[in-house]
Amino acid sequence: MNGSPSLRNRINATVRDIPRSGIRDFFDIVSTMKDVISLGIGEPDFDTPWHVRESTVFALERGATHYTSNFGYLELRKALVKYVRKNFGAEYNPENEVLITVGVSEALDLALRALLTPGDEVLYHEPCYVSYRATILFAHGVPLAVETKAENGFRLTRQMLEAQCTPKTKVLMLNFPNNPTGAVMSRADLEDIAAFARERDLIVITDEIYGELTYDAAHTSIVSLPGMRERTIFLHGFSKAWAMTGYRLGYACGPAELVEAMMKIHQYTMLCASSMGQKAAIEALARPETDIGEMVDEYRRRRNYIVAAFAEMGLECHRPLGAFYAFPSVKKFGMPAKDFAMRFLHEEKVAVVPGTAFGDCGEGFVRCAYATSMDNIKEAMVRLRRFIAQK
Amino acid sequence: MDELLKILQTNALLSREDIARMLDLPAAEVNARIADYEKRGVIRGYQAILNEDQLDLDKVTAVIEVKVTPQREGGFDTIAERVSRFPEVRSAYLMSGAYDLLLFVEGRTLREVAQFVSERLSPLDGVLSTSTHFMLKTYKRFGVLMHQETSDERLTVTP
Repeated sequence: MNGSPSLRNRINATVRDIPRSGIRDFFDIVSTMKDVISLGIGEPDFDTPWHVRESTVFALERGATHYTSNFGYLELRKALVKYVRKNFGAEYNPENEVLITVGVSEALDLALRALLTPGDEVLYHEPCYVSYRATILFAHGVPLAVETKAENGFRLTRQMLEAQCTPKTKVLMLNFPNNPTGAVMSRADLEDIAAFARERDLIVITDEIYGELTYDAAHTSIVSLPGMRERTIFLHGFSKAWAMTGYRLGYACGPAELVEAMMKIHQYTMLCASSMGQKAAIEALARPETDIGEMVDEYRRRRNYIVAAFAEMGLECHRPLGAFYAFPSVKKFGMPAKDFAMRFLHEEKVAVVPGTAFGDCGEGFVRCAYATSMDNIKEAMVRLRRFIAQK
Repeated sequence: MDELLKILQTNALLSREDIARMLDLPAAEVNARIADYEKRGVIRGYQAILNEDQLDLDKVTAVIEVKVTPQREGGFDTIAERVSRFPEVRSAYLMSGAYDLLLFVEGRTLREVAQFVSERLSPLDGVLSTSTHFMLKTYKRFGVLMHQETSDERLTVTP
């Protein structure tokens, strides 16, 4: 072998043909610049609650540094079952219906790999988290993107799904509250989707990583609706609500047969999630209301601020109801979202992420994360106002 | 607690317009509510939180536990309010437990604080005994860490 072309040809064709995440390219540019205010960070700016961090140190001290059960510590699974029952309205058996994973990302990968036979179709909605399409492709599935619209609050409707669904469609993936749009689905919205999933006999994978972060109404999980528990894999984790992104700790809840299938892949590829991370998660679940309540209040204030600032400068933006993202339209400036983001970055040193990083239909939008301090948001809005006044 | 007060307690320097945006309220209503809180004495002032250890001040602070005799009329309030009027007393609380009043007393020197305790506090009618502890270093005040490392470990753009 000599030179990279021959090596490149040896790479699995699916992997070779999937582009790197657009967000990664953007990061490479931003990271070369100094003094940038970033509205591009998809993780909380809050510190991990101190009692959680302190318990991690304690876990190390007392030697929780070994393999755990493939499913994860039973103590953690038991605590999660209570938490999911209370906050998401579904009942699971901690023995065989809960799997602790390395972030929701691993859980999503496991779920798709456990379910898909090559050629099976997966319905998912765009704009969406950067990994969905790639993860479906890695699992040899056929991604069917359903485009959600700003005028509809980026919600998903039954009609949208019907237009795309075929007899080969096996899985429906949901992510509400949504990254990057901040959209949420009401109970009524979800009832339509649930009825559709039942009629078409679809398995639903619901990524509810932002489930705690809603600002105007409490979150409803599709898994709590009648007839859904038996066809749903519920995914969640500690990254957003507890600001524990670096711990890489997620979990999947579902019917025992499906969780068992996921566990097999997890067992042979990952073995288990980090032991000290799991200990920290047990501590996090000990008093969630205190930890999360203050963060949610602060995010709501920032959401209100950023939406008001957009309105004052005439920037069209649907009201985000959850997660910590606003997704304003920049269509009226007559340039692609990527150019808008680049020019805003170079001229005003503020990073926003072009909507196209979240699917082609994100064109014309930019994602502004308000998981940053009020001072940063205020200054970013001053700069945005100045920037668009010149356009 | 009213969210407006929470915001002010965290950062009283925010403009009324910014607070209005954060609370999704008209600025006039925010103004009116703050004015009302000030009038009713709920808001008693606005201060900066300083890390005084950085300032090399001629200043010592003592925490003083005071046992007192409650008065027949007025209970602890009479003596507590009398003690609180001394400008040296920066904070004063009625406590449960082994003593009654907890005072934070400031002076320029240790000697000055000692004089305050021996010449003005202890001789007061109703003061039974005092126990004085000098503060050496401040780690946290009003919920704010004095040694906070401000670096943001997060990458500048993440999914």
